[in-house]
Amino acid sequence: MSKTLLVFRREFAGYFATPLATVFLVVFLAVSAGMTFFVANFFDRGQADMNAFFLWHPWLYLVLMPAIGMRLWAEERRSGTIELLMTLPVRPWQLVVGKWLAAWAFAGLALALSAPLWITVNYLGSPDNGVILACYIGSWLMAGSFLAISACVSALTKNQVLAFIGAVVAGFVFVMAGFDLVLAAVRPWAPDIVVQAIASMSFIGHFQRITDGVLEVPALVFFISLIVFALWLNVQALDARKAA
Amino acid sequence: MVLVETRALVKRFGAFTAVDGISFKVERGEVVGFLGPNGAGKSTTMKVIAGFLEPTEGSAYVAGHDSQLDPVAARQRLGYLPEGAPAYPDMTVGAFLEFVAAMRGLSKPTTRERLGELVERIDLAEVWGRRIEALSKGFKRRVGIAQALVHDPDVLILDEPTDGLDPNQKHEMRELIRTLAPNKAIVVSTHILEEVEAICTRAIIIARGKLMADSTPAEILARAPARDPAIQQLVRTTPLEDAFRHITLESAGS
Ligand SMILES: Nc1ncnc2c1ncn2[C@@H]1O[C@H](COP(=O)(O)OP(=O)(O)OP(=O)(O)O)[C@@H](O)[C@H]1O
Ligand SMILES: [Mg+2]
Repeated sequence: MSKTLLVFRREFAGYFATPLATVFLVVFLAVSAGMTFFVANFFDRGQADMNAFFLWHPWLYLVLMPAIGMRLWAEERRSGTIELLMTLPVRPWQLVVGKWLAAWAFAGLALALSAPLWITVNYLGSPDNGVILACYIGSWLMAGSFLAISACVSALTKNQVLAFIGAVVAGFVFVMAGFDLVLAAVRPWAPDIVVQAIASMSFIGHFQRITDGVLEVPALVFFISLIVFALWLNVQALDARKAA
Repeated sequence: MVLVETRALVKRFGAFTAVDGISFKVERGEVVGFLGPNGAGKSTTMKVIAGFLEPTEGSAYVAGHDSQLDPVAARQRLGYLPEGAPAYPDMTVGAFLEFVAAMRGLSKPTTRERLGELVERIDLAEVWGRRIEALSKGFKRRVGIAQALVHDPDVLILDEPTDGLDPNQKHEMRELIRTLAPNKAIVVSTHILEEVEAICTRAIIIARGKLMADSTPAEILARAPARDPAIQQLVRTTPLEDAFRHITLESAGS
């Protein structure tokens, strides 16, 4: 079996070794349901769609994805198993991808558990299921981006709490990038191209285009490129620690 | 045939030099005892040989492969027990060893055969299904050793393999190393000096990152200072301990 897949399997099983996995899944479902029904008034909207559900995902993931990703490397470094893992005859990228895939699959599982909501929406009305599917894919890719960033930060420390905080801060930059507040702060002194570049990194902007059901291909490409880049950085971070 | 080699290895952590220009070679059939006081740089040297750390200067070779430039080939030939025998606490002993074997590219039948042998040799049968976090220190160490041996490597780098083992297991471990010795190059770090006399064909002593001695245990014994019969020893020492103290304390300039 491929080395990446072996790492994936071990890491994925690792999530279920403690009650933490169950706690996480329950929290994810409770919070996303709470936001959908109470904050976004799912029923009062009187619309057969799931926008009220997806609307909050960037904010939800900002905290929950670092919680999934923080242990990926920090825990290995703390317990010393990283020494074992990194002296096996495998390439670092195989480890990096395997670990990220496990976290991403776990996030996918959490997302999949929201399926009853999708069924309910179909029961109550006739939503555009194509758009909902696109939203799920977009949401999952955005989760993957948050996780790739978290994994990368996790490779820099042996302290899970630091890894968590670092990942939330890094994620926050990407979430806030599109807000006028941020752009207004940059605009007076930065050239236009920089302002546009910052605006184009916005998680919320890209995710909104996906939930609106228009123009989703560039948004998907954005998330995928970001994942690839963060995983590449993760490999570099591991390499840099070797020379430290 | 030289299976392990370090050439003028230097490893610095910031301004601190942990390993300071260490060169040695280990041939097939040799068991080299790697000695030195705490903080001498033994584990750091081993980490560099295993390719976990990058040397600041110099290079390390495993079976002729540079452990930085050709890491996968080097690691294929290497069995490595890191300091403290780390292992995934949430896995069972069996699952962990099977994971390592699979990561090393062993087929299912080979894995079964190798693990069957090792379980008997290292006495792991009774803990096979137990989670690693629930193991005693000695059993954890044995799992670490099994992990290093699973692919029957040419080169073994063992960082304190007998630390935490009971006297019977220490004896078993020494016998195991002796039986493996003819076909491998083995480097073992240890603080137990009798171990060196019992199993090592050669001893390397380092202190403060510098190589202080590299010769047979007998030659090292010869460096023990003459005892003054007039001085009554409060704590009795062996001649090898005297030699070790003499060689390593001399480096500290005291
Ligand atoms: N990652 C690191 N960062 C900074 N200093 C380090 C690091 N790793 C080791 N050192 C220092 O390098 C020196 C050598 O450590 P090393 O672990 O190699 O010693 P050792 O000979 O194995 O000692 P012991 O017998 O206690 O196991 C020590 O002073 C240690 O504090
Ligand atoms: Mg050590």
